[in-house]
Amino acid sequence: MRVMRRPGIADPEGTTTARALNDLGFTEVTGVHFGRDIVVDVEADDASAGHDRVVEMCEKLLANPVIEDYVVERIP
Amino acid sequence: MRVAVVVFPGSNCELDAVHALSLLGAEPELVFHRETDLSGADGIVLPGGFAHGDYLRTGAIARFSPVMAEVERHAANGTPVLGICNGFQILTEAGLLPGALVANRDLRFICRPVHVRVESTDSVLTRNAEVGSVLRIPLNSYEGNYVVDTPGLDELEASGGVVLRYSDRHGAVEPETNPNGSTRSIAGITNTSGNVAGLMPHPERAIEEILGSTDGRVLLESFVASMERAPT
Repeated sequence: MRVMRRPGIADPEGTTTARALNDLGFTEVTGVHFGRDIVVDVEADDASAGHDRVVEMCEKLLANPVIEDYVVERIP
Repeated sequence: MRVAVVVFPGSNCELDAVHALSLLGAEPELVFHRETDLSGADGIVLPGGFAHGDYLRTGAIARFSPVMAEVERHAANGTPVLGICNGFQILTEAGLLPGALVANRDLRFICRPVHVRVESTDSVLTRNAEVGSVLRIPLNSYEGNYVVDTPGLDELEASGGVVLRYSDRHGAVEPETNPNGSTRSIAGITNTSGNVAGLMPHPERAIEEILGSTDGRVLLESFVASMERAPT
């Protein structure tokens, strides 16, 4: 899954990197957003069941819903 | 008054907390994070450090340590619960306090004394302090930048949940007196009942002249006094 900082929540790393890109002449950059990719190996009956369990994992532990959004995708 | 000072793998301020609490007349007791019975505790302190290596997010894994069910039960019963630095991060991850702590605005670890202004005395952390007084206390953190969404912030402000703000030595709160970018310079908060509080600076490191400041005493004295009054 990919965990990203929710819009509107401070992302000092992204802000600093955007400023550096602007300074280097990439003036079209209006924002940089850092996230985190987490790969979980799961045994499941089918892709849908595995997906649902990983969503549960995100809700409970892997993402903090106060500050982060997440998307789950299957890597074949 | 017995205080359980919880030790997670990676905690490193627990002995400072024990020393400070003993000095102020409490009976602190170190409790390992696997403990599942804190029934004898009149208060609970989650000390600073790097619980579980700060892996995933600060406090994210500590929040599921076995002891946390007891911390939550005590918190719901009105027992004074205090989170200092990493302990504050754990309390937000556990949902016992609103918001979250993220990396400092300037992406630098901050280790120096800062000034904080007391905003409210309706908490176990500030009961004996005076609103508007300014305390000089060490800050020692990389993820000390307090964030909360707008509805959460409004609720926090409206309920008097902000107990400490970063300021200058005279108590002025300005963008330039904000060391880490925290929303509205928030340094410490409490829950709506006032029995659970968290702060990023370290009051336990400002309790004796030899440490350079005794301004942390009033905060920990408040906590000890709160235990005397709280239901057990």
